[in-house]
Amino acid sequence: MRITCPVCGERDRREFHYKGDAVALNRPDPDAGDAAWDDYIHTRDNPAGETRDLWYHETGCAAWIVVTRNTVSHEVLDTRLASDVVRAAGERGGEVRK
Amino acid sequence: MRFSGLRVITEGLTGNRGWTPHWRDATPKDAYDVVIIGGGGHGLATAYYLARNHGITNVAVLEKGYLGGGNVGRNTTIVRANYFLPGNSEFYSHSLKLWEGLEQDLNYNVMHSQRGQIALFHNDAQRDAAIRRGNAIRNQGDDAELLTPGDLRRVLPYLDYEQTRFPIYGGLLQRRAGTARHDAVAWGFARGASDRGVDLIQNCEVTGIDIDAGNVRGVQTTRGAIRAGKVAIVVAGRSSQVAAMAGMRLPIESHVLQAFVTEGLKPCIDHVVSFGMGHFYISQSDKGGLVFGGDLDFHASYAARGNLPMAEHVMEAGMTLMPMIGKAKLLRSWGGIMDMTPDGSPIIDRTDVDGLYFNGGWCYGGFKAVPGSGYSMAHLVATGRHHEPAARFRLDRFLTGRGLMDEEGTGAQHNLH
Repeated sequence: MRITCPVCGERDRREFHYKGDAVALNRPDPDAGDAAWDDYIHTRDNPAGETRDLWYHETGCAAWIVVTRNTVSHEVLDTRLASDVVRAAGERGGEVRK
Repeated sequence: MRFSGLRVITEGLTGNRGWTPHWRDATPKDAYDVVIIGGGGHGLATAYYLARNHGITNVAVLEKGYLGGGNVGRNTTIVRANYFLPGNSEFYSHSLKLWEGLEQDLNYNVMHSQRGQIALFHNDAQRDAAIRRGNAIRNQGDDAELLTPGDLRRVLPYLDYEQTRFPIYGGLLQRRAGTARHDAVAWGFARGASDRGVDLIQNCEVTGIDIDAGNVRGVQTTRGAIRAGKVAIVVAGRSSQVAAMAGMRLPIESHVLQAFVTEGLKPCIDHVVSFGMGHFYISQSDKGGLVFGGDLDFHASYAARGNLPMAEHVMEAGMTLMPMIGKAKLLRSWGGIMDMTPDGSPIIDRTDVDGLYFNGGWCYGGFKAVPGSGYSMAHLVATGRHHEPAARFRLDRFLTGRGLMDEEGTGAQHNLH
């Protein structure tokens, strides 16, 4: 599997550290309650198909990247800087994922 | 048909014409007392113990592919009970005891071989941890022995002891651990369940779970609707998809775990050897192949095959530990899909839907758990109460934080196990 870093271009998967589902961009408020925090930390859609997750370009430019990919075929469909995704969502005033 | 030595000899002398199929390939009825979704090791064991221990035989096991075609046929066949934490330790202890009587109980040769498992350690701190773990195992009532490098050199002469990176300081041996023939475990439970009246239904994919006013009513399948008083989801590897049919979201992320086997060799590795630092574990099958596995590929995946970086890492770990295997030729590699939970421990519990039960989240430890999991799941489905050895495998432990079983001490969150 090869991942295209928006900064560095296409690189070997070994250069990246996997964080997990891109839900990590939607951190709840500290007082959101147990259910919201349980959902954020533990519960996952875990799709067999297209998913969005967070990767860190550890041995490259150290960027956090939102990768859209297929969990069955391992095809990488889209990569964006997490900072861009968060900024765009902020301008829309909405959640990052929705 | 019962198996016996006499029967094998008689059949051998008469052209092997008397053997019959080991189980009935059933067609679905309209209704069952219990429907088990998933015809893998855990589902078949659940069906077997429902019939054997609780007399519940109006049961169907629904399998979308063929029996035992999932993870029960894709693992490295290791059976052990060397867990540390309460919750896990009594469960795997119970499961190992079931393994020890399994072949007599099933009248089926699952080739259970208690050849011993040795977990290596490489520095003083790891030795302390191994002693502590060994004491926990012995307190549980199971066996553990600390081996010095001298002891180890006698039984594992082929390891690279003096390497600079991971010098071998000793190992923790569990003599009752070992391996079993994975397919035969599925077949043995299938035969035992079928003989007691359970319907084993293959090529029958569940497409929906019928729920009415908070009660489960049955399932929709590719072979028609089936009514059921109780439904058990036992589909580790696809848990999130099946649970979603009941409106559930789970604390599970699916990952691929790779395993490898070499060409057949003369006997050279007599035990299961675990090299934790490289996350490498190896045994030799009765056919002669060296069977070994590594760590997760570490990204969510449903591809039942792995990526080359982890394959390379596993080979490097093997060469670091036992340079002799560099001469063996690799025959096959494959991947299995692991239900990874945040704390690395499994789930056997009720759900918010009455009559719907969930068994999954086995991470990469499902094979050795097969008898214990089926036994405890059958108890839960039959009685509505948790079976004591599996009583801590609760679904709500992540919400409450009570009863988390984080064997590795890394924290209860995804991507750390």
